Amino acid sequence: MSWEVVIGLETHVQLQTASKIFSGAATRFGQEPNRQAHPVDMALPGVLPVMNRAAVEAAIRFGLAIGAQIAPRSVFARKHYFYPDLPKSYQISQYEIPVVQGGRLAVALADGSQRVIELTRAHLEEDAGKSVHEALDGLPANCSGIDLNRAGTPLLEIVTEPVMRSAQEAVAYARTLHSLVTWIGICDGNLQEGSFRVDANVSVRRVGETVLGTRCEIKNLNSFRFLERAIEVEVARQIELIEDGGRVVQETRLFDPDRDETRSMRSKEDAQDYRYFPDPDLPPLCIDGQWVESVRASMPQLPEQLRDQWTVSLGLSAYDASMLVQSRAHADYFAKCLSVLQERKVLVVVDSELGKALVNWMMGELANHLNREGLEISHSKVSPEQLVGLLLRVQDGTLSNKIAREVFADLWAGAFANADQAIEAKGLQQIQDTGLIESLIEEVLASQPKMVEEFRAGKDKALNALVGQVMKRSQGKANPQMVSDLMRQRLD
Amino acid sequence: MGLMRQGIRTLRNALARREVSATELVETAFKEIGDDPLGAVLAMDREASLEQARAAQLRIDQGDASPLLGVPILHKDVFVTRAWPTTAGSRMLEGYRSPFDAEVVRRLDQAGMVCLGKANCDEFAMGSANQHSAYKPSRNPWSPTRVPGGSSGGSAAAVAAGWVVAATGTDTGGSVRQPASLCGITGLKPTYGRISRWGMVAYASSLDQAGPMAGSADDCAMMLNAMAGFDQKDATSLDRPEEDFTRYFGASLVPAQKHDEALPLKGLRVGRPKEFFAEGLSPGVAQPIDSALKTLEAMGAVVVDCSLPRTALSIPAYYVIAPAEASSNLARYDGIRYGHRAQQPRDLLDLYERSRSEGFGPEVKRRILVGAFVLSHGYFDAYYLQAQRVRRLIAMDFDSVFESCDFIVGPVSPTVAWPIEGRSQMDPLAEYLADIYTLGASLAGLPAMSVPCGFQIEDSLRLPVGLQIIAPRFEEARLLAMAHAFQQQTDWHKQQAPAQTEKRGVAI
Repeated sequence: MSWEVVIGLETHVQLQTASKIFSGAATRFGQEPNRQAHPVDMALPGVLPVMNRAAVEAAIRFGLAIGAQIAPRSVFARKHYFYPDLPKSYQISQYEIPVVQGGRLAVALADGSQRVIELTRAHLEEDAGKSVHEALDGLPANCSGIDLNRAGTPLLEIVTEPVMRSAQEAVAYARTLHSLVTWIGICDGNLQEGSFRVDANVSVRRVGETVLGTRCEIKNLNSFRFLERAIEVEVARQIELIEDGGRVVQETRLFDPDRDETRSMRSKEDAQDYRYFPDPDLPPLCIDGQWVESVRASMPQLPEQLRDQWTVSLGLSAYDASMLVQSRAHADYFAKCLSVLQERKVLVVVDSELGKALVNWMMGELANHLNREGLEISHSKVSPEQLVGLLLRVQDGTLSNKIAREVFADLWAGAFANADQAIEAKGLQQIQDTGLIESLIEEVLASQPKMVEEFRAGKDKALNALVGQVMKRSQGKANPQMVSDLMRQRLD
Repeated sequence: MGLMRQGIRTLRNALARREVSATELVETAFKEIGDDPLGAVLAMDREASLEQARAAQLRIDQGDASPLLGVPILHKDVFVTRAWPTTAGSRMLEGYRSPFDAEVVRRLDQAGMVCLGKANCDEFAMGSANQHSAYKPSRNPWSPTRVPGGSSGGSAAAVAAGWVVAATGTDTGGSVRQPASLCGITGLKPTYGRISRWGMVAYASSLDQAGPMAGSADDCAMMLNAMAGFDQKDATSLDRPEEDFTRYFGASLVPAQKHDEALPLKGLRVGRPKEFFAEGLSPGVAQPIDSALKTLEAMGAVVVDCSLPRTALSIPAYYVIAPAEASSNLARYDGIRYGHRAQQPRDLLDLYERSRSEGFGPEVKRRILVGAFVLSHGYFDAYYLQAQRVRRLIAMDFDSVFESCDFIVGPVSPTVAWPIEGRSQMDPLAEYLADIYTLGASLAGLPAMSVPCGFQIEDSLRLPVGLQIIAPRFEEARLLAMAHAFQQQTDWHKQQAPAQTEKRGVAI
């Protein structure tokens, strides 16, 4: 009996605003506890929330990026529950009418296919503070502290329809979403610091069944690996449970990566009555067309748009193009390379070697160096100008690929300002002098009569060996193509 | 004695002429208040008040002519203050000190008013008699055996006693107008959003509105000039151009009509809603109100019958919406960050339960329970949503009356001040029902005033009656001018409560 997996994701994206969603306190991470807690964040008597326009703009940006409806009027509601890190004992969120409605996200899967994930909504809300259970200076043992630095940090909660069918799809969606929210500059994307937190709603049903199975929600998955694994083990748990004659109970579960299992946190029976009602302190959020248009005008080109543009105008493969738009910084780097080429009056035309070569260098040598040093491409030690300079010397035959890689390492180390300087200083100019190459060929032919015979006897491999000998004598500087061509001419 | 009863302008002139100094006024007030026989004041700090008085005096000496400079005031204890503790009349906030001043406090401080301390009130502004203060009940200066009304009862009692020339109050369902009426002073609840709520301990956010309480419409208008204005810290604050709320004083209230000294209200249509004069209105209140309407007619106004058909529904609507918001607003008092915390809690739940059980009084608990109930799953539509619908209909009733009337008039309270040892302790419902005439303007967000208009003699006590005047949104200036005109014709607002002596206080 085969099973179908149904997954919907809810992602809490911390918005990258200077101040909190309803107060003027800063939102920096890692400050001393409670140093970023405004009276509003502490819920002191008499305080009132005021909507931060920057957070609204971030929501509009996101809505535009996924082709959603931006609600002209949305409503903030209070969601009540008591917890020490929730100062007002209610969270201000959007309940019945969210600011972003609908939308879709195209996701590239590992097999090269594409899936469009429908979104239900995205709504603005505030983050809670944190309970600190570690020993605290100046507090007796067994005492927990509350740090309200995070309280009131703006969040965009992004909810999908239950349309994903595997852990891999869910991860692909999450990665694409992560790249999008950082791309449009609304989130720093830092998973370790909790800037991007995913809850997964998982259920299973027998293939052909149209009614959804009972779902469990796995909370607070803050890495893609955990997301994938948590879904896998939860799916396995549910299938085993049902096959053993049991029933899935709707509940909230936590993933324990150490024990590789999900555990029940609270069941639906314990579900609290949040007593939602419209927040009387905040008028409805009204967004007119003019505001939407001004945000639209400030939007960068989106990854999808750039990807399509580069596959068409440069003839790059869909895969290569999607590598280039994996982040805004990658795309910026590549775009800068293209504009440097243009400045040097070199046009990259459809299906030219140059475009493909650029991608290969970025994804190969450059990526290796970045990985080795744990750097982001925006902090690359080889600039687009330097990479293009190097590439042009490969293109015109001055440098072989092998030597170009050495030059790249030199540039990375800062040994030279550009490839031309390196070539000059290291005497790496290729030998392209026909006479000189021909004389090297003569020397080799004279010293290797056996190989010449083998070639004449029909062994093509012998030609390569002879060319190799010439290259060796030239200390690798001879243009291999010229050596090969001249050798063939000489022997034919 | 006496200066405080003569109004802000007289007092301010005396200060300007150096007949009295701001610091002398503070000393006098402290002497008058003594050990507070009326239970009107919760926190006093002579040094803090004197410091403000000295700063005000310095400005006076430098020739600063600001109209409120050096004038003493009390702030209802729901306005947070840095210099005085703020308790909102609750054990929950005993000793609480705010790190910031309420916007109202800041504005009046900037205008140079000298704060004498914090006025007693019903706990979290919930009550109509000021008997729900966790610290002490307030008493009515006209008879200390009677309630002063509430929830701004301390403010009203202190002004009526002549201890202070003016006070701030807050009005959620009548909490400025009703104590003003019962204590014989003038009180204004402005249009919702006119005065910033920043720093007001919240009771019911969609209804809460600060207002001035003083001896006359003139004093209230001058206070409102300083209190009103857009505040970006309050998202429900009205963003409207600044205005002088005294600008229609002595002028015609009808556009393009010449002012007639003899008939100052000529051309005004005043609506008399029949629901405000139906069963339940005590004859002792009806009589002064009827006389007041005759006075208005004599001044040139036309009194017309009108109807606010959903008046009775304002009670259930209000007592769903206000507790709903209160249950939410008061959820923050959890014993975690500030305020009362239970001793030796067993666990988190015990900490919450006991902190809140010990910190809140019975009326507050009652409203929290009602509020949590009407917001809960399965009841929300039937109660909260339904009440919101009723609220809209009530607002529409007022709109339709205002299509043909400039003002609506009627009583503030169905009765005069009732005995402290009476119904307020026994029956919460009776207290709720007494709010019937004030709730409508609150639910509709309209500006409304209480203006002294006579007395009822009861048990040989002379107890004040207030006339309520309700105006369309944003029409405070005309409303105050109408009240001012009435006070030019009458002297009810000048009648003085008997002197309060400590002895008298003890004798109760």
